[in-house]
Amino acid sequence: MESNEVFAILRDQTDRLLAEHVTREALAAADRGAWPAALWNVVAEAGLPHALVPESAGGAGLAPAEALLLLRRVGYHALPLPLGETMLANALWVAAGGAPIAGPATLAPTLPGVMVGMAREADRVTLHGTIAAVPWGDSASLVVLAQGGDNALHLALLPPPATAPVLTRNLAGEPRPTLILDGAPVTEIRPAPALAKSGMLALGAALRAQQMIGAMEHALDFALAYANERQQFGRPIGKFQAVQHMLAEAAGQFAAATAAADGILTAFGDEEAVFAVALAKARVGEAAGKVAEVAHQVHGAMGFTQEHTLHFLTRRLWSWRDEFGNEAEWQRLIGRRVLAAGGAALWPMLAGA
Amino acid sequence: MHAFRFDAIDLPPEALAARRRIREFLTSEQKRRDFVSYRNSWNSFDPEFSRRAGAAGFIGVTWPREYGGAAQSSLVRFVITAEMLAAGAPCGAHWIADRQSGPQILRNGSARARRDILPRIAAGECYFAIGMSEPGSGSDLAAVRTSAVRDGEEWRINGQKIWTSNAHRAHYLIALTRTGEAGPDRHGGLTQFIVDLSRPGVTVRPIRNLAGGHEFNEVFFDDYRVADDMRVGGVGEGWRMVTSELAFERSGPDRFLSDYRLLVEMIEHLRENPDPRQEIAVGRLVAHLAALLRMSTAVAGLLERGENPALEAALVKDVGTAFEREIPEIARLLVPVLPSFEAGEPFAEALAQVMLHAPSFTLRGGTREILRGMIARGLGLR
Ligand SMILES: Cc1cc2nc3c(=O)[nH]c(=O)nc-3n(C[C@H](O)[C@H](O)[C@H](O)COP(=O)(O)OP(=O)(O)OC[C@H]3O[C@@H](n4cnc5c(N)ncnc54)[C@H](O)[C@@H]3O)c2cc1C
Repeated sequence: MESNEVFAILRDQTDRLLAEHVTREALAAADRGAWPAALWNVVAEAGLPHALVPESAGGAGLAPAEALLLLRRVGYHALPLPLGETMLANALWVAAGGAPIAGPATLAPTLPGVMVGMAREADRVTLHGTIAAVPWGDSASLVVLAQGGDNALHLALLPPPATAPVLTRNLAGEPRPTLILDGAPVTEIRPAPALAKSGMLALGAALRAQQMIGAMEHALDFALAYANERQQFGRPIGKFQAVQHMLAEAAGQFAAATAAADGILTAFGDEEAVFAVALAKARVGEAAGKVAEVAHQVHGAMGFTQEHTLHFLTRRLWSWRDEFGNEAEWQRLIGRRVLAAGGAALWPMLAGA
Repeated sequence: MHAFRFDAIDLPPEALAARRRIREFLTSEQKRRDFVSYRNSWNSFDPEFSRRAGAAGFIGVTWPREYGGAAQSSLVRFVITAEMLAAGAPCGAHWIADRQSGPQILRNGSARARRDILPRIAAGECYFAIGMSEPGSGSDLAAVRTSAVRDGEEWRINGQKIWTSNAHRAHYLIALTRTGEAGPDRHGGLTQFIVDLSRPGVTVRPIRNLAGGHEFNEVFFDDYRVADDMRVGGVGEGWRMVTSELAFERSGPDRFLSDYRLLVEMIEHLRENPDPRQEIAVGRLVAHLAALLRMSTAVAGLLERGENPALEAALVKDVGTAFEREIPEIARLLVPVLPSFEAGEPFAEALAQVMLHAPSFTLRGGTREILRGMIARGLGLR
């Protein structure tokens, strides 16, 4: 079989698995703050947390592009778990020569240039710094990009915090605590691999961009179904031109966002990844706001209820567009590069040199 | 949401080779200093440029060699046209013939039309206009009333077209005419003909646009006689053909690069000492452009696979023209200068040019509202 056929099978299996287990009840329970242990077991048994770990190291050995496409489906189902974070943390850690991490893991969304400090005290290494908005930082092992006294970059692996941090959550109820590392001992430390060079923010932004594509697609699926089913004035509301045009515009936003997110697939892991990620996170984040707006407008009051499922998607879209750098932050990075290079350089930058 | 097919495309080696060639060509054209890039796009009309582009093999590239083409893929054509627009080359003379009239004749024209006309288009010597719109038939194209009546081996055409771009400087137009009853679906009874604009029976009158330019026209037919072998496609098949032609018309990079040169001039203007607001605004436009370029490449990929990209083309045009219309609105706030043709400064002149043409971006080739209706149909809402 061709490898893309194998991938298609895996993707469809994952889709079915998530459709079966990420139920409304599961989402509502996660919303109330409980760690979805049963759900985690389901995805762990499917081998998904180690999707990006090479087969030789016991993982599924997916290509980065495949893993990113898989994460769109994870976003589609609004899986309330750090599955993408665990995949990326493992990819980093194994690339650094470590063994696959057991259980959920996450990335410290450190800003470029603002490093967590590292100290050696006798026989142990400790970390010093404050990291805001760590996805599932209360319950996952943490991979941190840290700077030693020699200025070299290292990856540090920390166990989940022993004492629960003050719980901050995003609009979708997903844990995003601030971790204060004040001499926290690391489990292990390794030189940072090439994959870490684009920075944790870019890796996380690549993940959120793919998840948003999935969540937007699902919100649009809901909106289209509802437009065909809900009757007013004796016909489905989807027959009204105003509703049609809203949805057509949202479809355009979704298509442009998908094209932008596709740009990461081939660039992932290489030098130019940061630029591709910036283009994607900026464009996808903008589309996410518009698609969420249209999805709600089409649904009327029904979509504004807790009973409806739409908000599990839209609250994630509103959260994810802000995480790992919002549109303006990534737009600024793009703008700086483009302005520094000048007008004539723009076209080859986008179309190819 | 599986309504649209925008599969990511890797350009094949021949497209990359074409890109190198067209860039060399455009660099040498720029050295001639006979075009001001920010004033030109596919609306400019420069037969000298088109002849040189034809001689260098950049027109009709997808057509068979026997008709002057190069039998290249749609992705090669995509690269060539996008590079021309990005450079602001004055490619308007051959644009319509290369984009839609030529392909239409290649697929549906008579042997004589193909043999006589296509090689001249490919040589950059023969230009076309589009004769679809009429005073009573804009968005509602099926309401066309210009009639064609059979008369032995010929047809006689009577009626009027309007908004016909370049009719005053093109050699031919393809006229959509009524040859029979519309029928219950309103799409029947339409037939297309190649009209030679130098022959008697056809009169072209200018219409000035709001920028003061003479780009479009009225065209009157008074017993214009056309031979049956200048018919394009079967009698009564006009609707199917214009709708597939519109897919070509809508799918290209001309639907998001119309004012690309303004973006370039804006970057040049701001690059010395940008503030964060300017950096953010430029970054946002560039992120939009990058996505559009990928989408448009994907549409070229659909064409290359022989699929009908009508729906995807409508979507790219809707998103692309919305982007085009945003550029001047953002530029004018980022760079507070008065747009003027006499400014003696590229940015202010480019802004003046774009401000006065922007309203047409979301009208020509099918209005935004008509496109959104098509997209809604693709989404299963109609
Ligand atoms: C610069 C320029 C160049 C052109 N060149 C050519 C050319 O070379 N050849 C040619 O044949 N034509 C040409 N056109 C004409 C162009 O195709 C028409 O302008 C276009 O199809 C719209 O038709 P209209 O102008 O009659 O507007 P109308 O159809 O009268 O529309 C007016 C407004 O009503 C809206 N509207 C109409 N119907 C509906 C509907 N069903 N639902 C919702 N809204 C609706 C439209 O979207 C628009 O906003 C050109 C136009 C321009 C501006």
